[in-house]
Amino acid sequence: MKKIKIGVLGLQGAIQEHINQIEMLGCFGVIIKNPEQLEEVDGLILPGGESTAIRKLIDRYGFFDPLKQFSSNHKPIFGTCAGMVLVAKELSESQDSHLGLIDICVKRNAFGRQKESFEAELTVKGIKTSYPAVFIRAPYIERANENIEILATYDNQIVAAKQNHILVSSFHPELTGDTRFLQLFVDMVKESLKTTVN
Amino acid sequence: MERQLGTEIVKRGMAQMQKGGVIMDVVNAEQARIAEASGAVAVMALERVPSDIRAAGGVARMADPRIVEEVMNAVTIPVMAKARIGHIVEARVLEAMGVDYIDESEVLTPADEEFHLLKSDFTVPFVCGCRDLGEAARRIGEGASMLRTKGEPGTGNIVEAVRHMRKVQAQVRKVTLMSDDELMTEAKNLGAPYEILKQIKAAGKLPVVNFAAGGVATPADAALMMELGADGVFVGSGIFKSESPEKFASAIVQATTYYNDYELIGKLSKELGTPMKGIEISKLNQEERMQERGW
Repeated sequence: MKKIKIGVLGLQGAIQEHINQIEMLGCFGVIIKNPEQLEEVDGLILPGGESTAIRKLIDRYGFFDPLKQFSSNHKPIFGTCAGMVLVAKELSESQDSHLGLIDICVKRNAFGRQKESFEAELTVKGIKTSYPAVFIRAPYIERANENIEILATYDNQIVAAKQNHILVSSFHPELTGDTRFLQLFVDMVKESLKTTVN
Repeated sequence: MERQLGTEIVKRGMAQMQKGGVIMDVVNAEQARIAEASGAVAVMALERVPSDIRAAGGVARMADPRIVEEVMNAVTIPVMAKARIGHIVEARVLEAMGVDYIDESEVLTPADEEFHLLKSDFTVPFVCGCRDLGEAARRIGEGASMLRTKGEPGTGNIVEAVRHMRKVQAQVRKVTLMSDDELMTEAKNLGAPYEILKQIKAAGKLPVVNFAAGGVATPADAALMMELGADGVFVGSGIFKSESPEKFASAIVQATTYYNDYELIGKLSKELGTPMKGIEISKLNQEERMQERGW
């Protein structure tokens, strides 16, 4: 079988960390710096970083429509932290939303400033034992549409979810040595390749 | 389900989220908003930018908390602030105010000429300056979660930043290739904690993010530092001492992301107006050099 190719949007943030995890799982990781590169990957990660900075670069370098198109083609997308902010349909506190790919309302910096950033063990749907999650100035999902599959909560707040081909997490799987959360995404990519072949 | 605050992974991780970005010095809410709108990943709230600190002379201290607060209220991106080297209370005050990162900085007048802060004691993460691997490793040993090469702040002259980045990179490469039995002597020669050098040797890189600072005045300067291996760039006086801060800020952000797209950097550098006026390093008196502060 052809090696799966997963792209990481390479504008700003923890890019190499995702590439390392992708490769640990036996896939091929590609840093995406130009929109044309989206055509060569089977799935895409929008990494953690600063969502406002990443959005400016998305606009300036013509990524906006190609990213929407990537999603319209049902290719899997995984947004971590800032990436989750970028794919949400709605942002609380009346900020304009960005790509609007998943029916969730996200609150930015929802757990507070950096000194409130934390690690915690989570129960994640699809992962057998507890999962170490790293939250950094993290957002959470304030409201989710009923079509959203909730994968994890912390303190009664939704911190990981899935809708069709879109996966999101408030926390940073790429900062730990634990690849189980990324494996969930790799499985989504595998699944989507099967359906495209049929 | 217990929440663990201020762990190493959380403190270092915050800096990892800043990678590939530009952190800009600002002195008020208006400048902070310009920085955010230009795509800065964080702002450093200060009372004066380094070139004005040079001009003003006297003792440079932590910024007035009103300025820090004003900046924190103006933007949603992370806010950093500087404390004097070894000034435990300035650092604790900034931590209590909720700033996202503290720079224990040689740009301010040192409060302690012998000891740095024990940064591992704090919940808030710290960034520290370095000129070589020994200094970098000592700061990591004290608990710094992020480094920046020092350069010579407030000069608009990139030469010292280049010197320090090249030095650190070369020394990391040397340690990485060294045999295990040579490492202790290298630790002694560098004045570096042995355990930290072991980690660097095993990983082939520094265990924390390392930005460039001190002298970045143009988009090409920022791109140069990225080319030399910086994880991102601090720009102090270079933006708000230039003729058109909005243009400079936005061009420096883009040049940092696309640092090896030279055609683009050429385009970005057109019609920017005049950058900050630079200072030739040899014209600085010994006591005017900030990079020697820190031990």
